[in-house]
Amino acid sequence: MPSIGRIIRVAGPVVVAKGMRGSQMYELVRVGELNLIGEIIRLQEDLATVQVYEETSGLRPGEKVVGTGQLLSVELGPGLLTQIYDGIQRPLEIIKESTGDFIARGVSAPALPRDKKWLFAPKAKAGSKVVGGDVLGEVPETPLVTHKVMVPPDVEGRLEEIAPEGEYTVEDVIARVRVPDGTVRELTMMQRWPVRRPRPYKTKLDPVQPLLTGQRIIDALFPIAKGGTAAIPGGFGTGKTVTQHQLAQWADAKVIVYIGCGERGNEMTEMLERFPELKDPKTGRPLMERTVMIANTSNMPVAAREASVYTGVTLAEYYRDMGYDVALMADSTSRWAEALREISGRLEEMPGEEGFPPYLGARLAEFYERAGRVVTLGSEDRIGSVSIIGAVSPPGGDFSEPVVQATLRIVKVFWALDTALAYRRHFPAINWLTSYSLYLETLEDWYRENVAPDWPELRKEAMAILQREAELLEIVRLVGPDALPEADRATLEVARVIREDFLMQHAYHPIDTYCPAEKTYLMLKTILHFNRKVKEAISSGVTLSEILRLPIKEDLARMKLIPYDKVKESLGEIMKKIDEQIGSLIKSRKAVVT
Amino acid sequence: MSISLSALKARKYRTVSEITGPLLIVKSVNDAAYNELVKVETGTGEVRTGVVLESAEGYAVVQVFEGTSGLDVDKTAVTFLGETLKVPVSMEMLGRIFDGKGKPIDGGPPIIPEEERDVYGSPINPSAREYPKEFIQTGISVIDGMNTLSRGQKLPIFTEAGLPHNILAAQIARQATIPGKEEEFAIVFAAIGITAEEAMFFRNEFIRTGAIERLVTFLNLAENPAIERVITPHVALTTAEYLAYEYDMHVLVIMTDMLNYGEALREISAARAEVPGRRGYPGYLYTALAQIYERCGRIRGRKGSITLIPVVTMPGGDITHPVVDLTGYITEGQLILSRELHRKGIYPPMNPLPSLSRLMKEATRYTRKDHQQLSDQLYYCYSEAVDLRSLVAVIGEEALTERDRAYLAFGDAFERRFINQGIYENRDLDTTLEIAWNLLCEYIPESEWKRLDPELIKMYCPRYRGKPS
Repeated sequence: MPSIGRIIRVAGPVVVAKGMRGSQMYELVRVGELNLIGEIIRLQEDLATVQVYEETSGLRPGEKVVGTGQLLSVELGPGLLTQIYDGIQRPLEIIKESTGDFIARGVSAPALPRDKKWLFAPKAKAGSKVVGGDVLGEVPETPLVTHKVMVPPDVEGRLEEIAPEGEYTVEDVIARVRVPDGTVRELTMMQRWPVRRPRPYKTKLDPVQPLLTGQRIIDALFPIAKGGTAAIPGGFGTGKTVTQHQLAQWADAKVIVYIGCGERGNEMTEMLERFPELKDPKTGRPLMERTVMIANTSNMPVAAREASVYTGVTLAEYYRDMGYDVALMADSTSRWAEALREISGRLEEMPGEEGFPPYLGARLAEFYERAGRVVTLGSEDRIGSVSIIGAVSPPGGDFSEPVVQATLRIVKVFWALDTALAYRRHFPAINWLTSYSLYLETLEDWYRENVAPDWPELRKEAMAILQREAELLEIVRLVGPDALPEADRATLEVARVIREDFLMQHAYHPIDTYCPAEKTYLMLKTILHFNRKVKEAISSGVTLSEILRLPIKEDLARMKLIPYDKVKESLGEIMKKIDEQIGSLIKSRKAVVT
Repeated sequence: MSISLSALKARKYRTVSEITGPLLIVKSVNDAAYNELVKVETGTGEVRTGVVLESAEGYAVVQVFEGTSGLDVDKTAVTFLGETLKVPVSMEMLGRIFDGKGKPIDGGPPIIPEEERDVYGSPINPSAREYPKEFIQTGISVIDGMNTLSRGQKLPIFTEAGLPHNILAAQIARQATIPGKEEEFAIVFAAIGITAEEAMFFRNEFIRTGAIERLVTFLNLAENPAIERVITPHVALTTAEYLAYEYDMHVLVIMTDMLNYGEALREISAARAEVPGRRGYPGYLYTALAQIYERCGRIRGRKGSITLIPVVTMPGGDITHPVVDLTGYITEGQLILSRELHRKGIYPPMNPLPSLSRLMKEATRYTRKDHQQLSDQLYYCYSEAVDLRSLVAVIGEEALTERDRAYLAFGDAFERRFINQGIYENRDLDTTLEIAWNLLCEYIPESEWKRLDPELIKMYCPRYRGKPS
């Protein structure tokens, strides 16, 4: 029997209610006359402290608080893709139709449309034994994603009955399972799952495949694995959101979950306007068809912001359970941490660093731990993954602050955005000297087998040149470029080519925005070939300024704009030109000498 | 959305038990609503306004906008009014002056409200927004050429004490137009804790240019109650929303100085003994600022728009100051004034390198084809020049190559001719871009124009224009 209590205290988003004995932690409650949605975050005798997911203006002591007996949960089933939800999975498009352009309070709408009929094709046979995770049937949710309707994790038994192929709503019963205690469970295409509890899987696997992103600096220098975790910290204006949008567009995942957590409304609008127009590079279908968006923008209630990352990751796990690779972007985890801080402050908890609650690190770790490449539940051993990429917005761009530091202890990839690079309009402004990826070794074999055997060597060579450049620039700063020997100045030039013609990538250029792994490889190979030739030339007495006058430099600069289908051919030609042009310099030099 | 508190009548109490900072704690109250509006009467009959910050069985915490000086525990009467803070809004507000809470102070008649609106508004549904695309010409080269402003954008000016940010803000307000369209902006001006002199400057500017008829002014001056400042931006934006969405007007909101807003918020937070975040500012400063800035924008299917230019002082030039930093995280870019340029006599002393307009890439799709690339080229050249300046300081100009000297000369000319312009000089976009092309032609060899497509060069560069290719 859900409890009914009454409010004894209201302070911002936190409400304390009396008479709530029998409630559970994280139970969903309805608060006040307006039926605002809230969640219990502390219990003490018959007092329950509730964080309210909507604006609490006008609430007063004495109003009722009604328990629902349910934990804060999401609805899982066909109809999630292409949707935009708020932090507690209310569909924003539908809410707009009912309450207008501004979000009113106390509104609720089902997350999955109830009247829409989906074409269900059964895959399981009546009479068979089923366990949680087994696929009952398939629904073409969008042209890009086939939705697998699964037995919920907590159900197992004999499949008594399964619906024939046909059109059903998410509430129609599509299967009946006799469970061990003899009763029959009716299953629909929809299941509910509490957001704060990770969905179960069989085993975790090593992340051995890269999540290719089409971004050269990431794929080539600091790759992330499928099932891996990455953080992008950066001060304002360094391009966190553009990078996140790029990953959402081009990452080779089956499903994308994008959480706009406490950020700008217009950024979600940008995605809503662009994604239906952008085409998936492999299938040509609109990218929207593989995307779910959670938008709890900065001006929306702060408690729902806290819930939004859990809502998002639960949706991601659900698609993982179907055997898909899912990539989740959270922009920004700092705003989520600030929501934790605000609620914690209202609870008058003892603060840790900079007012953040002492459990900040633990909560962040719990969240990132929900990433992983796993063998899913079910008898057929599907493999799925959730990769988590979190943006961090450190105050003042200071990476020593608590959220960045707590995040770095957990994540395996660190893409450090650099204000100095952003000022120079070098984008993506990922600093190649401070960033790292701990997946390099585990992914090496994959790259050797699937792209090119010499990929890891090329990467090392490129990194060595960039590192050498940093050292040389220190010297230049002291004594000027003229004091360097010709060979070192050549290294600086090659490093400049790597930076400007390889690492810099134009997010809004129709071709450059996405760079397939083969093209990345060939570009790097060409540049490093150029490097070797330059060295050879310099050592045989050719001057750097002669080399810099060669038309080949123009060709290198235009490599990134070569369409994918012409890459092999064009880069082959460029290689040839490098040999010819530098070769003839060497020849003429030798002719002079002899 | 309005909040129904109709079940509640006004209730009067004389049970103030504690006064601390701007807060009153009233005992024996059981039914105060969170955010409920409160009338506070002093022993001498003076009336002040407050709102409920916390309500519980047995007490309520009330924040008094006019401050608590002169209040006492025995005689103060507190009336809970049964409604939340609302402002009357009307078309009649154009041309009028109000205090920081929205009360007329120009001696004119009271406003007959067409509607009363909750000052905090409601968040715009993200799926109802429209991405800002329309380029606003400010007539200022360094803005139009390199950091465009769009209708519906929030673009702050980060400044330091002693820089001409007010002059710049007034110039933007005066000159802002949409090229090719005759509609004029209505201006909502909110003075937050600035001096009377500064407020007077703005007023005279608007009078002189005739903008006064489409101007609504809210004044919370330095001498006015500090706590009132937490409400002034909201009052201004509520008015702006009304004009934009009920009367289809394009509204330009100028707020100066948001640092004072942050300080007022900090004062209340300190009085409540809340756990502070960075530098004593409350942990919810980000959310509080976002609830202001995010009210600006465009909504699909509605004609009007709200464009916001907040002015924020960076104390001691510190861009990592919480109010400045968090503003930068919320707004769509920032215009940064530089003391160095100011000392050189450049007006506006805006440093384009750290400045940014996040919406520029979208806006330039609809202006001129060469706009974006030309801007990229200027960025590249100027940042080279600035880098070289620090090198010259160490190794001397003689050690530089010819190429480097060209960039150095460009840097100086760029500041003098492109950034620098008159306070009353209104350059259209074509003029701005023409200056940019001329600078490139004069100083930088064409082989260095790497950010520009050869085709665009042929089409727009004065060197080739009008000549058969």
